[in-house]
Amino acid sequence: MTQLALVIDLNVCVGCHACVTSCKEWNTSGWAGPMVDQNPYGASPNGTFFNRVQTFEVGTFPDTETVHFPKSCLHCEEPPCVPVCPTGASYKRADNGVVLVDYDKCIGCKYCSWACPYGARELDAEQKVMKKCTLCIDRITDAKLSERDRKPACVLACPTSARLFGDVHDPDSEVSVAIRERGGYQLMPEWGTKPANHYLPRQKTRIHIDPDELTRVDNPLRKEDLTSYTGEETLDDVAW
Amino acid sequence: MHPAFSVIFLTTLIGAGQGLYLAMVTGQLYAVARFLPRQEEQFYAIGSLVALVLLVAGLAASFFHLGRPERAWRAAAKWKTSWLSREVIVLPLVMALVFAYGIAHLLDWTQPLFRVGQSLDVDVTLLLGLLGTVASFALYVCTAMVYAGVKFLEEWHTPLTVTNFIFFGAASGFMLAAAYSAYVGNPLVTFYGTWAAILTLVALGSRLAHLLRNARIKHKSTVQTAIGVRHTALTQRAQGATGGSFNTREFFHGGDSRLLVLIRYGFLILVFPVPILLIGAAYVTESSTLPILAFVIQFVGLMLERWSFFAEARHPQNLYYQSVA
Repeated sequence: MTQLALVIDLNVCVGCHACVTSCKEWNTSGWAGPMVDQNPYGASPNGTFFNRVQTFEVGTFPDTETVHFPKSCLHCEEPPCVPVCPTGASYKRADNGVVLVDYDKCIGCKYCSWACPYGARELDAEQKVMKKCTLCIDRITDAKLSERDRKPACVLACPTSARLFGDVHDPDSEVSVAIRERGGYQLMPEWGTKPANHYLPRQKTRIHIDPDELTRVDNPLRKEDLTSYTGEETLDDVAW
Repeated sequence: MHPAFSVIFLTTLIGAGQGLYLAMVTGQLYAVARFLPRQEEQFYAIGSLVALVLLVAGLAASFFHLGRPERAWRAAAKWKTSWLSREVIVLPLVMALVFAYGIAHLLDWTQPLFRVGQSLDVDVTLLLGLLGTVASFALYVCTAMVYAGVKFLEEWHTPLTVTNFIFFGAASGFMLAAAYSAYVGNPLVTFYGTWAAILTLVALGSRLAHLLRNARIKHKSTVQTAIGVRHTALTQRAQGATGGSFNTREFFHGGDSRLLVLIRYGFLILVFPVPILLIGAAYVTESSTLPILAFVIQFVGLMLERWSFFAEARHPQNLYYQSVA
């Protein structure tokens, strides 16, 4: 069975919000739209977003690092939001595992948002129905698009390729390899929701240099050797 | 969690409605057993009507919780998996049975249908009363499980939520039955008042146990598991929205911690000692107004209790909104 998902590489995310704006742009004018914008140019703008980038600081100054954390629906394999829906508006697609909301059936009771530990769902203040990331279902299932474009808007927009998209059930897919080889992890695994989306951790590249790698013991040009030689074999002659 | 007034009214009103109905049926059962004088049929009929009015008012309040109330009928679809759907089905069922019970009394359908054992004459009202009792308890369980069933809200995910809903509802219903009896001036005030006091004390035990449990609750999720970074010092610098979002509104009560404490003490005083003292004073002074006052005060207290119940629940998604949390 196919389970489409995103893999988000925290190692290269720079927190530019390109995924946020491209998501809003694509989805507000597409199948899932419109996504409300209230007071967009005022002091307190408000609106529906499927994807938001948060920023966390790890450690205490001056020993800190910044983690930009893109956050959207994780398309859980055991989605807790689906069984609680009283109308069946919230469902998981059998063919590709994407969790969706039928906006024509949703009564806006907000119960599914209580049942999501990640806070991935937002009630649209205008349409009064629950909305969330669709993985751009109208793009990724559109056979008229070229293979290259059949990806979520956020994935195509990311300038650092921090977002990978694919089938996490296929062991040879780009996303599965990334999860397997680069320590991909799930959010809040303690709830047993089995999120399909994974995150790749921050990685630091370190090399270890021993002092004797900087100073060759057998360097013929070294000046430190103050022995006065009188024709006998030196250590260097033996070594070479 | 954000305490929505629609849900506060829904749960307190239908709780009292079911409780009043249970009080009417209990009164009839005691009369059948000849522990109490049998009342005129009108007493049970009007009592059931008041219970029905409360149930209808609760249902009406619940519509204000919905973004799309015109589609509310769809909510009966997923009763196999959703407690909310089950509540939506059982609530009209209870209403129908309460209505039928009241009508049966009003139209005096008290001719015995059959006899059980030596002396128990079973009539239509008794059968409807039994069915309605079962349905009322089912509704208490459904209403409570809407909250207790969400495992992420660990403050609610306990059987104590179910016992709270049952005993709070029953206590306020029996308190209302005492007030109703006092208003019409019949001798059942002491009977209902005693039961109301007992149920209030049981509810106190259940709620105190709940408060104690929640005071030392250890949440499963931490900000470390939320973003998957293993470090003790994690500070949020940006929440992804300038002016807040659904996530910063729906999952926070919006008041400060002093308000939370104030309302907690408020309901602990208004729901438990004050109504019991008033009912006791009414028994001593044979007052007909004190039981009514006792019910009104307890009901106000119950609305505070429900506010507090919502406000004290901390959702794991709040870990992503540290500056509000």
